[in-house]
Amino acid sequence: MQSKRKIRVLIAKPGLDSHDRGAKVVARALRDAGMEVIYTGLRQTPEQIVETALQEDVDVIGLSILSGAHRALFPRIMELLKEKGLTEVMVFAGGIIPDEDVPEMKKLGIKEIFGPGTPTEKIIEFVLQNMPKKA
Amino acid sequence: MPELSKIEEISQGVVAGDRRSIARAITIIENDAPEAKTLISKIYSHTGKAHIIGLTGPSGSGKSTLIEKIVREYRRRGKSVGVVAVDPTSPFTGGAFLGDRIRMQELSTDEGVFIRSMATRNYPGGIAKATRDAVKILDAAGKDIVIVETVGAGQSEVEIIKVAETIVVIHAPGLGDDIQAIKAGLMEIADIFVVNKADRENAEKAITDIQAMLQLNTKEKAWKPPVLKTVALTGEGVPQLIEKLEEHRTFLKREKIGEKSLLRAETELVEAIKEKAVNSIIEELKREGKFQETLQKIMAKEIDPSSAAEKLLHSKFKKAK
Amino acid sequence: MFEKEKVEEIKLERERWEKTTLPNWIRQCPECKSEFRNHSGILIKRVYTPEDIKELDYMRDLGFPSEYPFTRGLHATMYRGRLWTMRMFAGYGTAEDTNKRFKYLLSEGETGLSTAFDYPTIMGYDSDHPMARGEVGVCGVAISSLQDVEVLFNGIPLDKVTTSMTINGPAPILLSMYIAVGDKQGVPRGKLGGTTQNDNLKEFFAQKLCIFPPKPSVKLTTDVIEYCAKHLPKWNPVSISGYHIREAGATALQELAFTLYDGIAYVESTLERGLKVDDFAHRLSFFFASHNDFFEEIAKFRAARRLWARIMKERFHAKNPRSMWMRMHVQTSGCTLTAQQPLNNIVRTTIQALAAVLGGTQSLHTNSFDEALCLPTQEAVRVALRTQQIIAYESGVTNTVDPLGGSYYVEALTKEMEEKAMEYIQKIDDLGGAVAAIEKGFFQKEIADSAYRYQREVEEKKRILVGVNEFAIEEEECPIELLRIDPKVEKEQVARLQKLKRERDNRKVKEILEKLHYAAEKEENLMPTIIEAVKAYATLGEITDVLRKVYGEYKELIVI
Repeated sequence: MQSKRKIRVLIAKPGLDSHDRGAKVVARALRDAGMEVIYTGLRQTPEQIVETALQEDVDVIGLSILSGAHRALFPRIMELLKEKGLTEVMVFAGGIIPDEDVPEMKKLGIKEIFGPGTPTEKIIEFVLQNMPKKA
Repeated sequence: MPELSKIEEISQGVVAGDRRSIARAITIIENDAPEAKTLISKIYSHTGKAHIIGLTGPSGSGKSTLIEKIVREYRRRGKSVGVVAVDPTSPFTGGAFLGDRIRMQELSTDEGVFIRSMATRNYPGGIAKATRDAVKILDAAGKDIVIVETVGAGQSEVEIIKVAETIVVIHAPGLGDDIQAIKAGLMEIADIFVVNKADRENAEKAITDIQAMLQLNTKEKAWKPPVLKTVALTGEGVPQLIEKLEEHRTFLKREKIGEKSLLRAETELVEAIKEKAVNSIIEELKREGKFQETLQKIMAKEIDPSSAAEKLLHSKFKKAK
Repeated sequence: MFEKEKVEEIKLERERWEKTTLPNWIRQCPECKSEFRNHSGILIKRVYTPEDIKELDYMRDLGFPSEYPFTRGLHATMYRGRLWTMRMFAGYGTAEDTNKRFKYLLSEGETGLSTAFDYPTIMGYDSDHPMARGEVGVCGVAISSLQDVEVLFNGIPLDKVTTSMTINGPAPILLSMYIAVGDKQGVPRGKLGGTTQNDNLKEFFAQKLCIFPPKPSVKLTTDVIEYCAKHLPKWNPVSISGYHIREAGATALQELAFTLYDGIAYVESTLERGLKVDDFAHRLSFFFASHNDFFEEIAKFRAARRLWARIMKERFHAKNPRSMWMRMHVQTSGCTLTAQQPLNNIVRTTIQALAAVLGGTQSLHTNSFDEALCLPTQEAVRVALRTQQIIAYESGVTNTVDPLGGSYYVEALTKEMEEKAMEYIQKIDDLGGAVAAIEKGFFQKEIADSAYRYQREVEEKKRILVGVNEFAIEEEECPIELLRIDPKVEKEQVARLQKLKRERDNRKVKEILEKLHYAAEKEENLMPTIIEAVKAYATLGEITDVLRKVYGEYKELIVI
């Protein structure tokens, strides 16, 4: 019998900002590309995001933030993922993240940062190509 | 694909209540991986302890918000809780948007709560094919309560009876055609009715409507479904709902087997036999080449599918004899 | 507006032109698209003529400036008499930082203040709350107590400037703090002028910065409207906002219709308090976005004015013409700014600002070109303000009232926007009003669909964004300097707040907060008690927590 594997993605919004237009457009595009998308809703703490990723056993996490708090929140999220043994989960991010912060964020283990104006096609393609090979 | 030792490790983790193992076990089941059967066989003896509650109702009735309050109340009473929230898969793209847990996110960091979203993956009946087994995982993991929330929009949420022991049907005033929003089938299977948003006008009307419908149902039953009021937003009425849930649980235990759990086991066995039997017959027919042969005939309009099936089975049946 | 025979003649001429002249042109130079539509999906014709506005009645539909239905403007002389208020949204870091920015803007010729608060403040959290981590002073100024507001307006006489505050859930608290500062400066309450955004309804489907559920949120908005009607005659208690609806992805038409409907809801909730419509309606103000489609925006502003006047007159039977005035503030559209080739944003902002002025706005904020990247730097803010000044002083568009009035295209579009908005309003009425429509996810679904459609159009290049999906350049160097908030701001702010919490009269604070709890349960107007609380230095977070306990917290309804 063939396995009915689906890509499960968590779209999460850390920080207090409420700009969810981008997060929702991406969520919808990934869903339309055949993925199962879990959305956390606004204003999630790093603890909530990581615990959700664990319970939902997702393959991918997309973080969206426009408040500027990424420098405080992303390191915490990546640290918690490691703590919980979720190292194989692929993480990407989007929102307003200045270019000069990108190297630092990538060093944390965030695979890619998508700035404003990124076509959703590109994000879908990226997810498909970088899907972790899960055991 | 996880190897056998991996499955052993995961099933041990599940039984020990390890959250990561629970999550991975549910994924294996959802993906209908070949290991799924092994996994279930390993944990099956640990199931049967949890109280499995099904919650269903039309969208807009405040299901998710109410579940959040129910979980909190159980937690206050020292019970651990698992939640399986089911949302529909798009038949066109195969994708799904799972948003039920948004209202329960504050609970996500509570060690005594485990929430999992599932897509129906086009299984008819409003529940995922894997829901039943996901519930078993949470049960085996030691959750005292397992709540299944199902899609409210489908025509046959009645499938939930295959999963849950106690079924709660939620309604709210002002949802269009009032009582029509609760399908006749749901009236039959409900153990408890809840009119949520009871602080609104028309709440009383919704209650009397349900009561009137219940009276029409003349079949004599040992359990009379109560109609309760809640306001999910404030948590009003939730403790009373929990009382009724416990009462129903005691009732089921008193009735020993409970007609429902027997029915559930029976359905499950029948379905499993059907699935296996059908698969093996088809595989055999394919091996023999008869399947493709008949298919060609159907395409050429020489025979209709129903008669063809009869003919094929007849030959099988004779051979078996 | 034209004689019947004349229109008939024009019709015949048009038909002739389409049959004989046009085909040759199209053969030689085919049109780029099979149909032309604006953002709202309205089909745009090749050319507009008197035929398209033949139903228009000048006195009924346009009238004279300052007269019903105010299509041509609220003031008889418009910008010939007084320019619009140039109000730049500002706020970052601590209260001291923003106080400096305010003083700078006033010295550069700005005529009104507009305060941006940081996210913790907007969500009713003090700067030391765990949810505030990494957010203090980042997207606006951090305000936790009256102490911060005292610093914010230090050296700024509140009877000389007007202040707009972009705050919704905690609006009663921030207004109370402003009143308290006014009291300390010795400014009579009757002289305090400004605006609290205080539009909680749009939060549920557009901005999503909601604290309480819809009903108590409308109650708090109404408390402020009622209090101002009685005690702050020069204050605009609510700024009914389409801006966020638009930024969330709505079309111009949806922005128009949903905003007006929120207005209707507030009028109804205030009438329920026993006030008469003419007691408060003249203080309701509006806030719209100005997007890229120039004429669509102009038509939207003109239609908004006319429609609101008609609603106030016909639906609510207002008598005072001022009650029918739609006074509006406009902000150029933040979501049209691109991170790519950011200097292009100056041009976008100019076009959008010009549309607002030609649409007859009372007040305008122009975005800075670097806002898709970071908080605006001082240089970028100056260019944005200069943009307004160039329109005001150099372009000549201020020389006459409603320069586009009578344009076949603009009038036809204005009419169409009005009619289609009316259809939406009817639909929301049928759904049972604004709160019911929110609970049913109606607005959310409409907006999400439009946002998704827009994104698809951009990706399929049906909609060209210069520098993004066309005319892009490789390997862009970020040409501008970014404004960063030093993490030190959070530490200092938290330290100051904790010092305050130690040193104030905590017994008194406790008493007043208990009193507030009681008042909230009794559904009294909370403004007097909140003023008392802020004067005792109860913090924004403490006051909001009391209300959270009584009202519960809102969990959003997700519609994608």
